[in-house]
Amino acid sequence: MHTLFAVYRRELAAYFLTPLAYVFMAVFAFTAPAFAFHVGRFFDTNRADLAPLFDYLPWLLVVLMPALAMRSWAEERDRGTLEFLMALPIPLWASAAGKFLAAWSVAALALVLTMPMWVAVNYLGSPDNAAIATGYLGTLLLAGGYLAVGQALSATTANQVVAFVLGTGAAFLLTMAGLPFVLSALGQNAPAAVSEFVAGLSALDHYNAFRHGVIGLPDLVYFLGLIVVSLTIAGVLIAERRGGGR
Amino acid sequence: MLVADRLIKDFGPHRAVADVSFSLERGEVLGFLGPNGAGKTTTMRMLAGGLEPDGGKATIAGYDCIADRLEAQRRLGYLPEGAPAYPAMTPRTFVAFSLRARGFAGDALKRANAMALDRASLGDYADQPIGTLSKGYKRRAALAAAIAHDPPVLVLDEPTDGLDPNQKDGVRQLIRDMAPDKAIIISTHILEEVPAVCSRAIVIANGRLLFDGSPRELAQTVPAGRIEDAFRSLTAPRPGTEAAA
Repeated sequence: MHTLFAVYRRELAAYFLTPLAYVFMAVFAFTAPAFAFHVGRFFDTNRADLAPLFDYLPWLLVVLMPALAMRSWAEERDRGTLEFLMALPIPLWASAAGKFLAAWSVAALALVLTMPMWVAVNYLGSPDNAAIATGYLGTLLLAGGYLAVGQALSATTANQVVAFVLGTGAAFLLTMAGLPFVLSALGQNAPAAVSEFVAGLSALDHYNAFRHGVIGLPDLVYFLGLIVVSLTIAGVLIAERRGGGR
Repeated sequence: MLVADRLIKDFGPHRAVADVSFSLERGEVLGFLGPNGAGKTTTMRMLAGGLEPDGGKATIAGYDCIADRLEAQRRLGYLPEGAPAYPAMTPRTFVAFSLRARGFAGDALKRANAMALDRASLGDYADQPIGTLSKGYKRRAALAAAIAHDPPVLVLDEPTDGLDPNQKDGVRQLIRDMAPDKAIIISTHILEEVPAVCSRAIVIANGRLLFDGSPRELAQTVPAGRIEDAFRSLTAPRPGTEAAA
């Protein structure tokens, strides 16, 4: 466990020693409410809830989580520090988990910065606070899923831009898979089993359950499974490098 | 303490390391010599557990560098080629990370950290970001991380590369100071370093081991008795043939 904590601490410091975490959080704190107010018409809905925020957060996460994840392995490969890291007595799972938890912590901190809106709706009316809390939990899990996928893709390259583009593409596909027009197009052209399978893959579908205030076991399993599988893939890809392209 | 047993490594069709065997005991400083591309760094990466051999095996203090990687790495200090380090960290936080990953905490960590920074002569630069340091200080930061946990085995890939003459002397003195109770292997291009620091020398070219003996014995392989000439005669490609093919 001390190895995981050592990696976590180093990674978290790396986010805050460079402008990365500050820029990320400033952009997040500004963009998330901007979407909710202007696109989601927060005041016009005349309802005391955070639906306008939660409607647009997944799309913001599609872009911002890969930006947070892209450096995790690609930067180590580019700078040659992977060689140093791999010579330390750290199990690969601890490296992967430490890197993930550090990025997830930054994402969680960014989410906290949207909480003044939660305070505001409580001032303006009496929202269902339990449902809002569940919405935040879902958003945190969705962010974790995208981060883990982004870190797995970061392990495939030494170029951070490539890692970002791959991560955004993967997060976009995971989100799109659950949209009604995608599913209806599939429903018309593919067997029912295929469209059910695609709907099951959709991060948006599982996220929406949380948004409606429901913590369902299948949805929890989906996000935690996505995180564990992605981090395992990252670990396997890095372990493969010991083979030297064999 | 350290054993390389018939190590083989292929990169595609190219055999980078072919059947390299040697062993090293406590108190020995082994100079690992060879021209560029000879297989020195590849061999060292296999010893450090960063690269899996395609044949043979390496052990550190009896632990297999792949099968018992974590145990072997706990007993190893490794300075990789080019001395990579995280530029945003200071030498102090960099060494602390390396120590923390090895289970150090609290006062023990602080003591080991201060001693390593002192031994690597980081001085006032210990608290400046590594990215702002000169090549020589960056290398010392990486060296401090390699020696901080006082490992019985040290694998140092070109520890004096890019240092000025004073800094080179400092690192050589450090290696001599640590030599009595450690097994140390250093790769170098600087042949004058060998008699000054090493108790033993290995020459490798094209992935094959060509010589294993004392620096004196190496010098005596040529009539002039100079290490430079001995190195050249062992490793220079002969007309019409490949060196050591």
